[in-house]
Amino acid sequence: MKRLLSWLALMAAATPLAAQDTTKAQDAIRLGIEYRPGTRPGLVVVPGAGMDTLRAMVRRDLDYSDRFEMVMLQDPGPSASPVPSSSTGGVNYGIYKALGAAFAVELSEAPAGVTARLHDLNLSRLRNQQTFTLPAPSDPAYRLEVHRLADEIARWASGTDGIAATRLLYVSGGRVYRADSDGSDQAPLTPQGQTSLSPVWSPDGQRIAFTQLGAGRGPIQVQTLANGATSVVPGTESGLNITPAFSPDGRTLAYAHSDENGTDIFTLKVLDRCCSQRLTVGRFADNLSPTFSPDGRRIAFVSTRAGPPQVYVMAADGTDQELLAPFDYGATGSSNAPEWSPDGANVVFHREVSGSPQLFLVDAAGGRVRQLTSAGRNEDPTWGPDGRHVAFISDRSGQRQIWIIDTETGRVRQLNTPGAARLPSWSRRIGRTAAASNP
Amino acid sequence: MRSSSLLMLLSTLAIAVGCGGKKPPEEPAPQPAPTPAPAPAPTDNSAERDRLERERLAKEAADRAKALAADLAAMINFDYDQATIRSPDEATLDRKAAILQANPNLKVRISGHADERGSDEYNLALGNRRAAAAKRYLENKGVDGARMEVVSYGEERPLNSGHDETAYAQNRRDEFEVTAGGDNLVAPQ
Repeated sequence: MKRLLSWLALMAAATPLAAQDTTKAQDAIRLGIEYRPGTRPGLVVVPGAGMDTLRAMVRRDLDYSDRFEMVMLQDPGPSASPVPSSSTGGVNYGIYKALGAAFAVELSEAPAGVTARLHDLNLSRLRNQQTFTLPAPSDPAYRLEVHRLADEIARWASGTDGIAATRLLYVSGGRVYRADSDGSDQAPLTPQGQTSLSPVWSPDGQRIAFTQLGAGRGPIQVQTLANGATSVVPGTESGLNITPAFSPDGRTLAYAHSDENGTDIFTLKVLDRCCSQRLTVGRFADNLSPTFSPDGRRIAFVSTRAGPPQVYVMAADGTDQELLAPFDYGATGSSNAPEWSPDGANVVFHREVSGSPQLFLVDAAGGRVRQLTSAGRNEDPTWGPDGRHVAFISDRSGQRQIWIIDTETGRVRQLNTPGAARLPSWSRRIGRTAAASNP
Repeated sequence: MRSSSLLMLLSTLAIAVGCGGKKPPEEPAPQPAPTPAPAPAPTDNSAERDRLERERLAKEAADRAKALAADLAAMINFDYDQATIRSPDEATLDRKAAILQANPNLKVRISGHADERGSDEYNLALGNRRAAAAKRYLENKGVDGARMEVVSYGEERPLNSGHDETAYAQNRRDEFEVTAGGDNLVAPQ
């Protein structure tokens, strides 16, 4: 027993330290980067026979949730499995508790799927157990189903769903692509030879909207992912139409329309294809980049009404327009690309600091501004469904790529794409209907 | 005997080669009808002078048209994150206004562009504002707004693919493209 314990200790390694954005005072705006480290319970995915790929995916998904201190073990294979203790089936609580784990996740093969068990090591008892049906690993729906399993385990242990069963849209080489939250399964959604910009998800993950830029103008297109059918949003046939955003119920689309009178925000009942409404009247000032609050009652947006672009807020009918993110006139850099968090608490946006865009949060009441990044260019943020992670574009690795930051700990990770990526949009959790019908 | 018959054979072959095998001399290619010899030049040489004069006038007209087209196409540039017409560019726009007024059928498309530094999406709005600023200036000079179309490419079509201030300054621009009535331009008075 003692030998086994020391052997496990040798194999154990802390989660590799991810790059973190350092704290750095910003004189001009009197802000600093503050992260609350918080206490994260240790979690171990127990080694076992077979299902190496599945186990690795679940381990990585739980790691990426940033809610656990992952206790990493090198899988010793079946011959070296820890001695089963009679009371717990396959898991020796003492060993993992000694390694700092509070939870042990056990995955074992079941007919047509996998049985997941979450053990509470401090209470020395089984906490949750469920058998999940999985398609064959060769099935296109397989990975998303495994991500759902991982999200469920994250919910058992932390009370909050994970963010694994989600996808990101982004633009590369003028085409809209989608990728799973772990970077796999990248596929183009728009044809080559077109310039598509600003893709966004509908809340149910079944449709996307984007700008199709033609000869300096272009409509907003809505594409149904199940069949690839694309239609022009009524009212966007003329001029240049940019920065679409769905309302939380998916029924309304807000966007900005540019013509010789400037750029202003409109809404349209997109499912009924009717009832266009103009929300801003900015003669010679631009209003763009609308983003709905999760209750659908407010819209944050960018306006140049005071000179450089800054983040404002209004009621969803266009009334009560006011500044959201405070700025010092002549000192604070341009602010753009706001997106309201799914929990309603914050709006994330990017703001120029010494010539480079950096991510910022402003609370929805419009008071406090907090800087999230400082290394390289960091722009075009988009919230994960947990209201805690933000995907964005950074050039910190040289080329513009998608990165994901945990706004609570500052931990960042890169989502690799083959070419330069920009303008990402993160889905809500993908429902089974949408997943089944995806190409 | 043997040698003489060989000789005969050889000479027969020689005749055969000389008569049947050799290609007939090639016919001269059909010639175009011979041009009549140029009439003796008149002593005052007036036709030639007319021809040269016509050529000179045509060349001058082509040069003027080229210059007018160049004046129409001349780009204007902007300060960072600004859509205000800079004073050196006012003369450029004034020439365009004069040409547009001298050619009532002429129509142009004004496209605004931005450098790569700002936000991708905001740059589309900024480019639009830059194109609209030129249109408004020309309208104030009396050009009918219906003859000018405003579009924006944001930062999507850089003129200079560099990443320095020289490139940025070139990329912050309006381009002017003739969309109708560009033939036989009349110079403003």
